[in-house]
Parts: sequence; structure tokens; C-alpha cells
Amino acid sequence: MRRINMDHMAAAPVLPEVVQAMVPYFTERYGNPSSMHSVGEEVEEAITQAREQVAALINAKPSEIVFTSCGTESNNFALKGVMLANRARGNHLITTEIEHFSIMHALKALEQIGVEVTRLPVDRYGMVDPDDVKKAITDRTVLISVMHGNNEIGTIEPIGEIGKVARAHNIPFHTDAVATTGVIPVDVDALQVDLLSLAANPFYGPKGVGALYIKNGVRIAPLLDGGIQENGLRAGTENVVGVIGMGKAAEIAAQEMQARIDHLVPLRDKLIERLLEAIEECYLVGHPTMRLPGNVSVTVKYVEGESMLLFLDMEGIAIASGSACISRSLKVSHVMLAMGIDAATAQGSLAMTLGKDNTVQDVEDVLSILPPIVQKLRDMSPLYKKTSKAKVTA
Amino acid sequence: MYSEIVMEHFKNPRNVGEIPDADGIGEVGNPACGDIMTFYIKVKDNVLEDVKFKTFGCGAAIAVSSMVSEMAKGRSLEEAMRIDHRSVIDALNGLPKKKHHCSNLGSDALHRAIEDYREKSKGRTYRRPEDGPEVCSCPVCDVEDPEEAPYCAAVCERSSK
Repeated sequence: MRRINMDHMAAAPVLPEVVQAMVPYFTERYGNPSSMHSVGEEVEEAITQAREQVAALINAKPSEIVFTSCGTESNNFALKGVMLANRARGNHLITTEIEHFSIMHALKALEQIGVEVTRLPVDRYGMVDPDDVKKAITDRTVLISVMHGNNEIGTIEPIGEIGKVARAHNIPFHTDAVATTGVIPVDVDALQVDLLSLAANPFYGPKGVGALYIKNGVRIAPLLDGGIQENGLRAGTENVVGVIGMGKAAEIAAQEMQARIDHLVPLRDKLIERLLEAIEECYLVGHPTMRLPGNVSVTVKYVEGESMLLFLDMEGIAIASGSACISRSLKVSHVMLAMGIDAATAQGSLAMTLGKDNTVQDVEDVLSILPPIVQKLRDMSPLYKKTSKAKVTA
Repeated sequence: MYSEIVMEHFKNPRNVGEIPDADGIGEVGNPACGDIMTFYIKVKDNVLEDVKFKTFGCGAAIAVSSMVSEMAKGRSLEEAMRIDHRSVIDALNGLPKKKHHCSNLGSDALHRAIEDYREKSKGRTYRRPEDGPEVCSCPVCDVEDPEEAPYCAAVCERSSK
């Protein structure tokens, strides 16, 4: 069976060139970059190059890149590290209601040790208002953290404008750019951010490696204490193969980014437009234009996401959903609830994230396979009969 | 995640539909917490002559409904009242633990349909009990009430504060 991956936010394949670049560092170049001898030094040089490649992707200086184990670590590091290092200045942090779990849950942990958190609401497109950020600032605010692109609903936040507000108040500003870095242009100067989280897999690098951009001069404490790796900011022997892979993937992403966007946007828009046509009471989730290039997020009324996901999986199509039944915690996506989507509607969530290898044929296949699945499930649904406009007027 | 029997019932659910002149109707669940199941029964000589259902929910919810309808059909009302969460899970060859509470409501819906029939035959109206949000187990440590899960404070909303 032909398999179609429309769940790139969960996992993307690693580019063959990236794998090729990584392979020697498993075997012949196995050294520890901290060693003084030549076995270690050749690895240290390779890491330096990877740091330059990653820095170039986001217009940063190589000295401002700290490699981590993933986007989650980068987010934890940014929040916990800045709050810990700035205890004397204050204990207030501003964020939003639509952040990734690695922000949300890290903040819950910080709240338990006395950090005060303001969570800003979003509009129905999932957009944060920079004015709200401004109003939430107090003289105890030591960090603002707003995500760049939301992987689940696709909305891209006005980070540059929020950055302007943060700079004007001289407050460090962090953005979780895991969903956007290597996917759309990310420039730390243009965004006016002081810290930025990124991970390699969204731009076809390996899983298990990420980075945190820390602008020179930002006060931050390490999350992991130990040896003096990563300029003393992240102890532990580097994930050398991962870092090499991330560097190579960053270099290729910078070259191919525009071509990937030009390929993805028409596919995305076609899939959205035709899905809304083909399925009654199917609604777009997230912003119509300020949107990640490969993100198609919709809700289908009267059916539940997991059952659609399972039927699509039987046809070889991989997608995700924000339905409560899928989440490990059995809760509907907090992102959709924050946007004002009611829990019952959010249960019919379908999140499709396309990647560079998806084709027009993939989109056509989804368009021919999904509507009959929805109809089958609606015919089984007690809600469809009761409330559907379609049935009442028929 | 699911057993073969669950997937088979999910793919080919038995007894889907409504009975227009049903002798009893039972509904359970609410859309906010995930699943809604409606059961329709036809009773003759104290035996469930026909059972049909409609379900909004996940794969487990659909498979549970289908299995309950099969287990109940042809049984006496007393026998059908003895179908419970455990016997449905066993018949399905197991369900993931996180699905035990929210999706395993088929037997409850069937029992309500039987209660409805019994009340009606006494000339009374059956009132559906209110369904609160389900108690869920902690995804980290599997403790049923997350308030008792000391290490999951960051994940379980109940235990924060």
C-alpha cells in the first residue's frame, strides 16, 4: 500500500545527504570534542562548522548557539534558566494560552516554586495581540515567551511586533520557533528575540537534537550542570552525530527554503479549499493566511478525530488530531479551547502537516478517501441526526 | 494500540442504526468528554429481540458499542443487565487503560435503554442521569485519581495548586 505522510509535525524523514554527513562520526571520527588530542579536535572542528551552519540559518552569531537534545529541552532551558538567573530582578513571566506542552508544563513546574505566570488569550485565529503583551508587563516581569508558529493550528504569531514591545521595556524575549525554523525565514534580528528554541527534525535533520539561541548578554543559568561543554551553558558530551546532522540539514534548509515554500503553499491551499467544499460543516482552524506553509488544520462536526485517524491509517494516510481521545491526558487540545472552539467541535479535529515530498496526487488521494470516511462515521453518530442542518433541510 | 477484535468491530461495527419504534432508548456520555452512545432496544417476551446503536467517539467507543449490541441481542433483560464494563473488555480481548473510563460506556447505555423500557411499561418516564466529566487516570503513573499522583504535578491539572 502506498503510504502518505501528512503528519510532518510528528516526524519528518532525514535527508540522505544529512545521513551521509553523520555516518563518519559514528565510526572513524568517534572522538570526544572536549579532548585535547587530534582524535577529539577533528570532531571539535566539525561541531564548530555545524554551529556556524545553524547560526547562519537564523542570522545569529555562532557563539550564540547552544546545542541541546531537542526542542523540549531548549524550551525548558530558556524558561527555567532565565527565571533562575534573574531572581533578583523579578519573578513574573508572560506567555500565551496556546504554547507547546514543553512551555506549558515547564511553567506549571515553575509556578510551584513561586514564579508568577500571565497567560495571554488569543483571538479566534489563535493570534496573540502585541498590545496585550504590553499591558501585562509589570516591574517584576523578567521574561516574555510567545511561540512563533503553532504546529497544531498553523498560525504564525506577530513575533517581530512583540519583540519591539519587549525591547522597549528591556525585557528578555523568548520564542519557541521549533515549528518555523528551517521552514520559513527566521531572523533573530528581524524578530527582535533574545532567545529562540529550534529543533532539527522539522527541517529534515535527525530527532534528538535541538538548539537554543541565546543573544550575547542575556542572563541565563544552565539546566544541566557538569563539565564545561557549550560554553558552560549545557554540560554533557555533545550528541556529535546529531549536531553534525543538524548543521547539514540547516545548510540545505537555507538553500531550499523558498522552493519548499513555493511547493507547499499551493498544496496546502488546494487541500483546504477542496476539503471545505467536499465536507459539509467542516471548518478551517487557525489563520487563513498567516499560516505555516504545510499546515491544514480543520474540524469536522459530528465525528471524532481518532476514528477518522484510524480509518485513514488503514488507507495508508498518516495524520494527527487534537481530539481528547487521542491525547494521553484525554483532554481536548488546549490550543483550540483557547481559540474559543467548543470541546465537542474540537473533538472532530484533523491536523494535516505536509512536507516537501508530498505531491498533488497525495492531496487528491486524501480528497477522495476522507469524505466517505466522514460520511460513514456521521451515519453512525447520534449527534449528526439531532443537529445537522444538512439532514433537517433534506 | 488496539486488539484485533477491537479493530475488527471498529471496521465492521454490527447493529449500527436506530429502531424507529424502539421499546427503550438509552443514552450515555457527552461530547465534551469524548463519547456519546445511544442504544435502541426491541423487547419481546422479556428477551432483547433487536438491539441497535449510534455512537460518536473513538475507535474503542465504536468497538465497545458493537460488542455490547452483539452480547445483548437474544438475551433476557436480566442477562443483559449483567453485561458490565469488565465483561465487555474481556470480550474485546482488552482495551488500553486510558480508554476504560471514557469509552467503555456501551453497557451503561444498554442498561439505560432497559430501564427506559421497564419504566415505560409501568407507565412512567425514565429520566436519564446527568453524566459528569469522567475520572481519568494519570497518563504518567496510571494512578486513577491524579490528586494522589505525587510526581505528576506538572502534567495533571487536578494536582496543581
